[in-house]
Amino acid sequence: MMWVWLWTDIMIWLLVVSLGLWGWTISRSPQVKAQWIAIFRSKIAMTSAIVLLMYVSIALLDSLHFRLALPDQPVGEKVQYQGQTLSVLDWVFGEIRGKVERTYSAPFALKEHSSSIVKTDDGQIKQVALDLTHAGSHLVAAEDRNQDILLKSLWAIFVAGLLSLLFISLHLYWRARATNVRWRQQAGLVLKGKTDLPWRTAYLTFSIGLIVLAWLYHLGHYYHVLGTDKVGGDVLYQSFKSVRTGVLIGVLTTLVMLPLALILGISAGLFRGWIDDVIQYLYTTLNSIPGILLIAAAVLVMQTMIMNNPHWFETATERADIRLLVLVLILGLTSWTGLCRLLRAETLKISQVEYVTAARAFGVSRFKIIGRHILPNVMHIVLIAVVLDFSALVLAEAVLSYVGVGVDPTMYSWGNMINQARLEMAREPMVWWSLLSAFIFMFILVLAANLFSDRVQRVLDPKNN
Amino acid sequence: MMAYIARRLLYAIPILIGVNLITFVLFFMVNSPDDMARAQLGAKQTTPAMIETWKAERGYDKPLFFNNEAPGLVKFTNTLFVEESLKLFVFDFGRSDSGRDIGADILERMWPSLQIALPTFAIGLITTITLALLIVLFRGTALDTSAMVIAVMIMSISGLFYIIAGQVLFSKILHWVPISGYESGWAGVKFVILPVLIGVFAGLGAGTRWYRSIFLEEINRDYVRTARAKGLSEIKVLFKHVLPNGMLPILTGVVVVIPSLFMGSLIMESFFGIPGLGSYTIDAINAQDFAIVKAMVFFGAVLYIIGLILTDISYTIFDPRVRLS
Repeated sequence: MMWVWLWTDIMIWLLVVSLGLWGWTISRSPQVKAQWIAIFRSKIAMTSAIVLLMYVSIALLDSLHFRLALPDQPVGEKVQYQGQTLSVLDWVFGEIRGKVERTYSAPFALKEHSSSIVKTDDGQIKQVALDLTHAGSHLVAAEDRNQDILLKSLWAIFVAGLLSLLFISLHLYWRARATNVRWRQQAGLVLKGKTDLPWRTAYLTFSIGLIVLAWLYHLGHYYHVLGTDKVGGDVLYQSFKSVRTGVLIGVLTTLVMLPLALILGISAGLFRGWIDDVIQYLYTTLNSIPGILLIAAAVLVMQTMIMNNPHWFETATERADIRLLVLVLILGLTSWTGLCRLLRAETLKISQVEYVTAARAFGVSRFKIIGRHILPNVMHIVLIAVVLDFSALVLAEAVLSYVGVGVDPTMYSWGNMINQARLEMAREPMVWWSLLSAFIFMFILVLAANLFSDRVQRVLDPKNN
Repeated sequence: MMAYIARRLLYAIPILIGVNLITFVLFFMVNSPDDMARAQLGAKQTTPAMIETWKAERGYDKPLFFNNEAPGLVKFTNTLFVEESLKLFVFDFGRSDSGRDIGADILERMWPSLQIALPTFAIGLITTITLALLIVLFRGTALDTSAMVIAVMIMSISGLFYIIAGQVLFSKILHWVPISGYESGWAGVKFVILPVLIGVFAGLGAGTRWYRSIFLEEINRDYVRTARAKGLSEIKVLFKHVLPNGMLPILTGVVVVIPSLFMGSLIMESFFGIPGLGSYTIDAINAQDFAIVKAMVFFGAVLYIIGLILTDISYTIFDPRVRLS
């Protein structure tokens, strides 16, 4: 096995590490910590945060890539690897990934969606819906299906319920040790909903999430829980693979945009004069180009470059990854202007405050002023902007993929799923499950992000207090 | 006033030059005309001669900034930069890569875009403001909370779903309106009604939340307290005092959108087969017609800047506190 580090993998893991470091530093500042606790005091924020964490975990699992060695290789020679790049998520999905049918099939169906013409043994030509190769192949008779689904569902719920109980008790035990309250007492408080943070809601969300995931996963081994697409691919697998694309576009764009907005915004506000003029000119110019057109233009240029240089990439996965990376870069370059303007205004305001003037009079260097006074005081604006942008970016991915300037068409993404669904709508009878799956997966993510960002805004924005 | 507007227009020139430079760098320096030719002609069977003819037909065979072979001043004018970029300033959009007159296309396709965009804008504005006022009337109650939850939900759904779901429900299942198409004039109402309704509905969530926060800010001001103290009913307070005062931030926020109505909606038009500027742009992107994309980028930027200027002017007209200087 050989680990493969795609560019976007490296970026996302670097981001996780730096977020961890940042979390560690703020955990030592009581003020900031209190603010974060205030955010999570709301039940809705707690629920959304857990849902977001689940999505991010799936995206992270899908960001560990490897290539397996080819079987039956002579010992001592250089190991040859398969051309296909897999991720840990693929490995978790195991056989579900390989269960490809011939064409469309509805969720939990045992037969194909459309009928095909077959020649029977006695020479007659008939129109029948053929059996699926993988779904329900363990059943003795087709009538057993509903009972089988019920039994398997109960089993999945039971196991997931036990698992979540285990995790919850571990957490309770850990909290009991940290707070010196006996864990029985602790559990009682949680049940009555009398804890400082809404742990009851948190545990409930966690259990429901785990049960849903376990149910989808367990039944996915026996049926196509969300049906199959045109070429028979499992929609459940596609929807889960699309999580990475959506989350990465939302998160990595921020990574590109943030340094630009911070550096330019703060310098414009602090240094003023011609620096301010240049930076203002820069963002007004970029801002005046309709966003989607600028993105489309840049992506078109990038497409021709990739097309003219096929030798840059070893595998198709790498090519798709570079395209995702460039899309993220372009989105970042076009979306820093809003935050930059806010930061400039705020820096202008802060640099007039007495303690900053005093610091400057004492000869404190500009960099120290930025680090000590300005950065901490604009962090709330940055955070609010970041959480607000996330959902907009996830939605933008779908639109861009529809226009044809989004991610690579071979990459799993909700945008590509919707794009394909457009043609499926015209079919008789209609194929609705791809669209619905993409819709639900996307809706839950964006809704959670919107609700969480509302809460962040309410707590961190001084205007609201 | 005239001097102010003139100065604002002068400020717009460097910005438009910047926009121009960005598109020029993107389309002619990063992505050379050779690349465009290869993309248009298909990568495999293109010979250098074919590329040269393709470029010559479209005038892309000139040097970028400086033409050594030409005499005198023509050294500077007979270049790609002047021919393809600077001409945009006099709204000479030139010809598309497939040979059509872009300026004429824009003039023709502007009207279908407006036919969708204007009603969406007007109906959307009226509905969201009315809803926001109603919600403010019931502020702090369960109705307020649930309305805000619904608003967030509406915001969290991708616009693509509204379009697809609307088409399936109203055209495929109920057969109330045709699935797509366009006719000019009153006969076209049946084609326009669904995109307009979908556009209004998709904007409902964000709009209501935004106007609600504006009205809530107004409602805590002193003059509202005075009005209530005089014994005015809550509805009268809202409509006679809060609404007119809240109109100012709403108006200034809205004016900036007006010029961009000409641009149409990219997605909506291509889904409903409306021959407006939005679908024009999408088709150009799909066909990799750089001349059209470049023209639309410039056109969009001009509209945006006009919007900004209009906003400032509307400020000065409606808010007596703002003085022109």
